[in-house]
Amino acid sequence: MPKLVIRDDRCKGCSICVEFCPKDCLEITDRLNPLGYRPVGLRDPEACTGCAICARMCPEVVIEVWK
Amino acid sequence: MKPVFVRPQSLTDKPFHFCPGCHHGVIHRLVAEAIDRFGVRERTIAAASVGCSVFLYDYFDIDVVESPHGRAPAVATGIKRTNPDKFVFIYQGDGDLAAIGTAEIIHAANRGENLTVVFVNNTVYGMTGGQMAPTTLLGQPTTTSPYGREFGQDGYPIKMTEMLAQLEGVGFAARVAVDTPARLAQARKAVFRAFETQLEEKGMGFVEILSSCPTNWGMKPLEAVRRIEREMIPYFPLGVYKERKGSDAL
Repeated sequence: MPKLVIRDDRCKGCSICVEFCPKDCLEITDRLNPLGYRPVGLRDPEACTGCAICARMCPEVVIEVWK
Repeated sequence: MKPVFVRPQSLTDKPFHFCPGCHHGVIHRLVAEAIDRFGVRERTIAAASVGCSVFLYDYFDIDVVESPHGRAPAVATGIKRTNPDKFVFIYQGDGDLAAIGTAEIIHAANRGENLTVVFVNNTVYGMTGGQMAPTTLLGQPTTTSPYGREFGQDGYPIKMTEMLAQLEGVGFAARVAVDTPARLAQARKAVFRAFETQLEEKGMGFVEILSSCPTNWGMKPLEAVRRIEREMIPYFPLGVYKERKGSDAL
């Protein structure tokens, strides 16, 4: 199963990754990170195929994908 | 486990200062990937601009010279001519390249300086507070055109890629966007081609990248991403405008 490493302390919650995820497995969480933004989280790890579109679209380069 | 996507080695670990949803981060990554891909990190010198890209030296693990506003092509010319073995790239925004530094970029291109130029077009002055740039679209409100840009008073948005593609000194000229995964892949390819153009000594490699500026457009990040396709691409058509092939002389 692919592994997503999200450095959510750096996420600015722009939700571009959520919009472009083809499997719709990311979501904006309702907690706050140290920057004061609501970071992204993996909602459905089973559905993730490790395509890395989220990581490529992320303007902050906070997502790493391993397979 | 094998990495599918990891942070490029040429990017330092410092978090970007950019606003949420700003495409500068994506474009920084594309450039860093190109540096890694061609293995030129140890001999790369960048000329940074003034604007949101001013902190380039913090984010790239390379040597960077900071230029006065708009003068990055002139600074880079000096670096490249005195150190022809170095890889030199310029990273400029539209207020920097298309307004204040128009003379510098046109003449550097016309002289056929062997440089790579990454031109980030977000149709507005970013860091200085959202003033109208030469690339601002007609009807677009900015802090200095609160009722929208009007051609009778402000003229038309300038198309830099088309203009520079006419010049003999330019080896590669393309306009790309980074708003969807498919266009991002094309943008990556274009940045790589612009790097190759310099490595093959075919003149200037110029890439214009359409980018969003959610803060100064007054939009949420996703609305700003959609505006690129809705308003910018119809006026600034994407594509490769010039490509000098293998045996073509400069």
